Amino acid sequence: MCAIRTMIKISIKNYSLSFKNIQALKNINLDINTNEILGIIGPAKSGKSSLLRAINRLCELDNAIKDGDILLDDTSIYSLSVNELRRRIGLIFAMPIVLPGSVYKNITYGSKLQRKFKKNELDELVYFALNAANLWDEVKDRLRDSASLLSGGQQQRLCIARTLALKPEVIMMDEPCSGLDPISTAKIEQTMLSLKDRYTFILVTNNTKQAARVSTRVAFFLSGELIEFDKTEKIFTSPADKRTNDYISGRFG
Amino acid sequence: MTFRIDPRTSQIIAYTILLTLTLITVSILIFIIAFVFKNGLGELNLEFLTQKTKEMGKEGGILPSIIGTFLVTLLSIVIATPLGVGSAIYLTEYTKGGLIRRLISFGADCLAGVPSIIFGLFGFIFFVIKLNLGWGIIAGGLTLSVMILPTIIRTSEEAIKAVPIAYREISYSLGGGKLDTIQKVVLPTALPGIITGVILGIGRAVGETAAVIFTAGSSLSMPTSIFSSTRTLAVHFYILAREGISMNKAYGTAAVLIILILLINFIAYRLMHRFIARYY
Repeated sequence: MCAIRTMIKISIKNYSLSFKNIQALKNINLDINTNEILGIIGPAKSGKSSLLRAINRLCELDNAIKDGDILLDDTSIYSLSVNELRRRIGLIFAMPIVLPGSVYKNITYGSKLQRKFKKNELDELVYFALNAANLWDEVKDRLRDSASLLSGGQQQRLCIARTLALKPEVIMMDEPCSGLDPISTAKIEQTMLSLKDRYTFILVTNNTKQAARVSTRVAFFLSGELIEFDKTEKIFTSPADKRTNDYISGRFG
Repeated sequence: MTFRIDPRTSQIIAYTILLTLTLITVSILIFIIAFVFKNGLGELNLEFLTQKTKEMGKEGGILPSIIGTFLVTLLSIVIATPLGVGSAIYLTEYTKGGLIRRLISFGADCLAGVPSIIFGLFGFIFFVIKLNLGWGIIAGGLTLSVMILPTIIRTSEEAIKAVPIAYREISYSLGGGKLDTIQKVVLPTALPGIITGVILGIGRAVGETAAVIFTAGSSLSMPTSIFSSTRTLAVHFYILAREGISMNKAYGTAAVLIILILLINFIAYRLMHRFIARYY
């Protein structure tokens, strides 16, 4: 066994979630370690996105009913203010949607809601975020241009930069590459790997190969249940559950 | 054997029909404007625009009516815009599409269809008599604001509803509160639609006669305060034409009214496009 004690960043305890008549998550127990990339795979409607929306409490917008608890650094997410929680746990959506306004404005949006910033503080923040998202070189001369003029891949990295600007601890990504070409996808994956030492990632993906490429550990979801959760090599070479094996070998889903 | 039209021919037929319909619509509009301009532009000169009205409108200019129209319309917009946009925000962002929202929306739709003379009567009884404001700019402006309120509410509501939910979710996921999200994301995105609603409201207010004749009065003297009675351009036109005072002056007034409306639309759309260019 490894001697270094791994820190648990997020601990999901007996968590269930339902919307009206649909149960999206069934009694989930899952610990996410600091500085890992947790890959979440599973077919459509398996509860992957619901889990992300539960962790940053975005599911509350949809009148979801929950049971159980989620701990962030041993503190229940329900005892934190929802705005603080969402700053600490960023979420990148599948579709790169930029807010109306310039590249600069997109990145500073979240920070400016918290407090007043000096101009040079904001400039530094924009540089930090774009640089960390591997986008600085491509847009450094276009900071004042409308963000919607960027390419799809650039917009998705802008969305990542926008989240990084808030200095989050955890970054959740919901199929961040589903609308992107292979080169843009590679750039996003590169970004993730280069940031892994500083952040904890939760990556929901439909692309099992992507999960295999970047994740430390992988969780397989099916119909709102956590079927299997293990090291990436283990899941992809000798999964314990037949359903996991069927899914990763492409027999369904 | 069934008779079938060649797809290319049917395309040409459809194109021709649609083009004809469009041309009819546009030519009616152009005909009206041309008709008024033909009869009215001859009356237009600096004197007509800058002189006080003399002899009930037979002589002199229409400056008091231009100022009156401007003030009444401005007042109605200043009152109706915050009320309407505020209601629209409440309806879209704070009610969950339930009975209340549908009821209010239905009410607004009904109100938008009420003939303006009814608003005039209401304004007369409520603002002029009951609140004792008397005939004047303020009573006229208040009445018009009530009249255009449904238009502004409904167009703003539609514009706000059209803002993708994803925008809101992104704002929330960046730690934004509800009010931040509405102020900084939803409203800027919906602004072009909201402005369209306000322009429609201005259009209705500027051209209104029935609702203002009972509330703003028909005095031809220069307004001195917001309580002064005034005669808007549309009312002036109506009186000149109906009483047979001067058809020439009536057409002149109509031409000014049309130019004014075109100008307002032009400026508003320019502002909107500049805004969009800056934000998108």
